[in-house]
Amino acid sequence: MEDSEKKAPSVIDRYFTRWYRTDLKGKSCEDHCILQHSNRICVITLAESHPILQNGRKIKNINYQISDGCSRLKNKVSGKSKRGGQFLTEFAPLCRITCTDEQEYTIFSCIRGRLLEVNEAILNKPDLLLEKPSTEGYIAVILPKFEESKSVTEGLLTREQYEEVLTKRNQQEEPC
Amino acid sequence: MLSFKEKDRPIVRKLLCAGCCVRCVLRFCCVGTCSAYRRSYEVSHDPENHLPTNKRLRIDEGSTEGSVTAAQTDSDICPVCLGVLQDFCEPTFAKQVSDAVKNQQYEFDSLVLTVSLPAQLSVREHSCWLHVKKEIREKSMCLGKEDVIQVKDAFKWAVQGKIGQELGAAVLSSCEVSVGFMHPETEEDCHFLANTCPDCFKPTKNKASIFTRMAVVKALEKISEEKFSRSVFSISETSYCRYNKFSRELPQTPWVIDGERRMDGSVEELIAAPLLSSFRADGFNFSSSGREDVDVRTLGNGRPFAVELLNPHRAKFNRTEIKQLQETINQSSDKIRVRDLQIVTREATSRMKEGEEEKTKTYSALIWTQKAIDSTDLEFLDLKIAQKTPLRVLHRRPLAVRPRLIHSMSSIYLDRHHFTLKLCTQAGTYIKEFVHGDFGRTKPNLCDLMKTNADILELDVESVDIDWPPAIPD
Repeated sequence: MEDSEKKAPSVIDRYFTRWYRTDLKGKSCEDHCILQHSNRICVITLAESHPILQNGRKIKNINYQISDGCSRLKNKVSGKSKRGGQFLTEFAPLCRITCTDEQEYTIFSCIRGRLLEVNEAILNKPDLLLEKPSTEGYIAVILPKFEESKSVTEGLLTREQYEEVLTKRNQQEEPC
Repeated sequence: MLSFKEKDRPIVRKLLCAGCCVRCVLRFCCVGTCSAYRRSYEVSHDPENHLPTNKRLRIDEGSTEGSVTAAQTDSDICPVCLGVLQDFCEPTFAKQVSDAVKNQQYEFDSLVLTVSLPAQLSVREHSCWLHVKKEIREKSMCLGKEDVIQVKDAFKWAVQGKIGQELGAAVLSSCEVSVGFMHPETEEDCHFLANTCPDCFKPTKNKASIFTRMAVVKALEKISEEKFSRSVFSISETSYCRYNKFSRELPQTPWVIDGERRMDGSVEELIAAPLLSSFRADGFNFSSSGREDVDVRTLGNGRPFAVELLNPHRAKFNRTEIKQLQETINQSSDKIRVRDLQIVTREATSRMKEGEEEKTKTYSALIWTQKAIDSTDLEFLDLKIAQKTPLRVLHRRPLAVRPRLIHSMSSIYLDRHHFTLKLCTQAGTYIKEFVHGDFGRTKPNLCDLMKTNADILELDVESVDIDWPPAIPD
């Protein structure tokens, strides 16, 4: 076996497909990465280009209470068919993140489906989100409807398309 | 005394020997008078042995005397009506029904009794009729199935009058008193019909079981006598064994999505094929004490499994023949191997399923680490972990947190980024998720313990720690 610093295909590479949504709600660079498992379950994460992950920002607060009547923390599913989970559409807010420089960002669902869980570990340890945004710092897990398993990623960008967007931005030198 | 005739003698004898109750005997002799069913028949107990004996009947009305005693059976219950025409036709039960009706305080002056009987009674009735028919044919007599009195009618004749008396109502049609019988212990009697006449049993949303009375009766009409006798009188044979899986590209059961086969072959099919042909069976049911993923090998003594062979045409095998069968399976593929093949009764399956929940399993995993390690990094302790349902099975399992115990771990250093991890864990532990952490949803995980990113490259099941089925010496 080789002595190597390079990673073998990771868990994400083996089981997931990466999809992207950029400039959410017209806000520059607020990019999300949706990890879609081969069993159709999707994990919502911040894309590496998201402002929260730039310039050494620190997180002050993460709030899953998105309105007076709705907290994502109250989400409860039961049984195999995950009854009771809040149903989300593409622009349903998942949480609001405030950084120490008072900038506020909303993280969105990006896909239609039933909310299974939100990541409570990042409430206690926001650094997880900064250090491991694609794994332990995930935001939420969503289960699309069976009939929509394939169509749920229509309108999302593939990894290649995302990289093209990044290249264009760098050329235009947009600050994030 | 009783309404039997000389010609009924052989039927009476045959049914009593089978353990039938008096009213069922009357039915198969086509006795159509209500009074015969209404009178009380009590079981007399043998004073010497303190065991209940079946009723003694005397045949008279001009025939030769003699008494016919039924065979002593372990239970008094009639195998055809399952007791419906026994104690439930006695005054005590009639009183019970009447009291129940009285408690509801309905006002009525006439009633009608309706009865619902479980579907499996049709199977037993059919079986009994075939049994009797053989006897009749030999004596060149005639007995149509329609001539036999139905259990429902016999019951109503026996009980309706008494209930009416208790409730002070004439038996007409205004108020319906319905008595429903259920017997869950024998519900499986009907199941073989689903194999022989599958088009009679279609699932519908409203019914809990596809074995409705109508479906069962239809199937009984369709099935040939020969097939019926074969299905009912041959017990399905169950073989027990342990299997090894040496391939990392073999699912345990056929992998089919949307009608399309995703991977060729399966442990189940490789094992069952030779068994199906040797036992000349129509089909099989495969079950095992847990299972492993496609890419996981099963080593050591192997995993206990059972194959139930349906409607085997051949059921008797001696030790040598079973050994031969085991050899045949082992020669057929290098991807699997079986040991300790033996034939047992169906009850033994529960012991095997025990292993899934309660027993420990031992694994060997090839681990990759991101940071360079040396052998001192590999010292582990007894460990309690909490696993949320892994993402890779979350689409078909409920979301929950499972506490699990890692009983012991040991390691074999390979190189700066690889080692073999041996673990002994509580049943139900997801090993892959313990290693890579599953997005931090298994806590603690190996990455936490070793403070590095880690991943699992290969996994083998070394043993399934259940000492059953018993080992067969070579």
